[in-house]
Amino acid sequence: MQSRRAIASPGPLGQNDRRRQCGVPGVIELDRVAYSYGGGELFSDLSLALGPGTFHFLTGPSGAGKTTLLKLCYAELRPTAGQVRLFGEEVRAMDRDRVALARRRIGVVHQDCQFLDHLPLKENVALPLTVSGRGGAEDEDLAALLSWVGLSRQAEQLPPELSGGERQRAALARAIILSPDVILADEPTGNIDWEMSQRLLALLVELNRMGKAVLVATHDLQLIRAAKAQVQARVLRLKDRRLVAAGADL
Amino acid sequence: MSVAGRVGDLVKGDPHADRVVPPTGFTARLTVFTSAAMAFLAVFALALSMATGRLADRWAEELARSSTLRISAPEGQVAAQTAAALRVLETTPGIASARALPVEETRALLEPWFGPDLPVEALPIPQLIEVVETGEGYDATGLRARLQAEVPGAVLDDHTRWRDPLVDAASRLRTLGLTALLLIAGATAAMITLAAQAALAANDQVIRVLRLVGAKDSYIARAFVRRFTMRALAGAAAGTVLGMAAIWLLPDADPAGGFLTGLGFRGAGWLWPLLIPLLAALVAFAATRFAALRSLGERS
Repeated sequence: MQSRRAIASPGPLGQNDRRRQCGVPGVIELDRVAYSYGGGELFSDLSLALGPGTFHFLTGPSGAGKTTLLKLCYAELRPTAGQVRLFGEEVRAMDRDRVALARRRIGVVHQDCQFLDHLPLKENVALPLTVSGRGGAEDEDLAALLSWVGLSRQAEQLPPELSGGERQRAALARAIILSPDVILADEPTGNIDWEMSQRLLALLVELNRMGKAVLVATHDLQLIRAAKAQVQARVLRLKDRRLVAAGADL
Repeated sequence: MSVAGRVGDLVKGDPHADRVVPPTGFTARLTVFTSAAMAFLAVFALALSMATGRLADRWAEELARSSTLRISAPEGQVAAQTAAALRVLETTPGIASARALPVEETRALLEPWFGPDLPVEALPIPQLIEVVETGEGYDATGLRARLQAEVPGAVLDDHTRWRDPLVDAASRLRTLGLTALLLIAGATAAMITLAAQAALAANDQVIRVLRLVGAKDSYIARAFVRRFTMRALAGAAAGTVLGMAAIWLLPDADPAGGFLTGLGFRGAGWLWPLLIPLLAALVAFAATRFAALRSLGERS
């Protein structure tokens, strides 16, 4: 990728936050986290540290809590026990503005990628720039980014006019436009064919090589095997309310 | 940032931020219509308040500075008692002038009730003396005592008995007008709050996406607040223009028309309604900001 922004380092949290980050092993840390809802415990005593440049896959049966775990990682949800730290800061101690600033350092790609359907693709991809006051759809890096994900021709189209694969790549472009430290992807290949999955994986691997931490929740074992051939990826499995290493199974 | 700076930013807007909320929807029409209707009503409430204010001031001023002396005497003594009363009045401190009303003026006073052909001379109608006070006024109790001694048929009416209820009624009407203005502002705020809450609920996906990409609540709120503020301003401006036109088209005030034809604005008073769109925008700003921040807080 040629984008200057993608290789620029400073995130929006500032120097103090960077200093706080020093000395801690992960940019996102879950420490003995439990999460319950509806009277039942989804998982407990779960610990995870996503360090800079790491690549993790998260697997597990449907309903095991993969999406919930990802939501805990970007403070969409708060744990019922334990601690979640984003860039060294405990989530419970963060007000909504701090959470918003932290999210600018975390790129999120959902399976059902949501967009602002009334805005063309380029404005949707540029949305993180817009909300952070760093520019908009006229940004010079945007064209390079759209070219990198293969969506230059679709720049003026509205999201409902895009195919599943195009939406996934658009979501990835939006997730990385601020050059985040971490990329969280929830079943990013769930709605697309194998060829498109490979293309998306190649983008994630390239980002990881740039030093971004990547966490991908997926059922797709083929995708994991393909990734392990290209990058040193750790596979974690949510099983029986616990998180276990599953690399040897693959 | 200063208040002026914030207002400037609000008016100028952010072309990027303005686009994140879909531009159409029933809440847009509801806000414009509500603001226009409320501004139209506000113009009338303001006109009522200002007209009654003028009326109260006029009554208070005119009636406070004049009194009436009524001479009720046997037919042969009316002229003598009138002359005696005028002499007493001329020597009373605080009275600027006093004059006996000629028959023509007495007839004119009675004309609205009895018609133009009333034979005033043939009726036992008391002689009326109009008394105009100086700025300091006179001692009514002392004057009554002198008149009782020197002019037994004279009755002094200093208008206090009916001036006070009239002025009080006019003042209450003015208060009613101002209360109506406050109620209109409150109703506008309530309607715009509901419209803003409906817009926030209808744009749930927009809010989720904005939060996902790191938008602060203040940014999201601002996108809604500016939109509703500008809609309220536009609607209220239209309503105000229509209201002012309606007031302007009312019949001119004339002495026979009394209070109703005096409903309107005079001179610089026409500038007051121009504040209504600004106040509507201010109310919309506060109501939408309150609704947006509360709604966003509840989603956390």
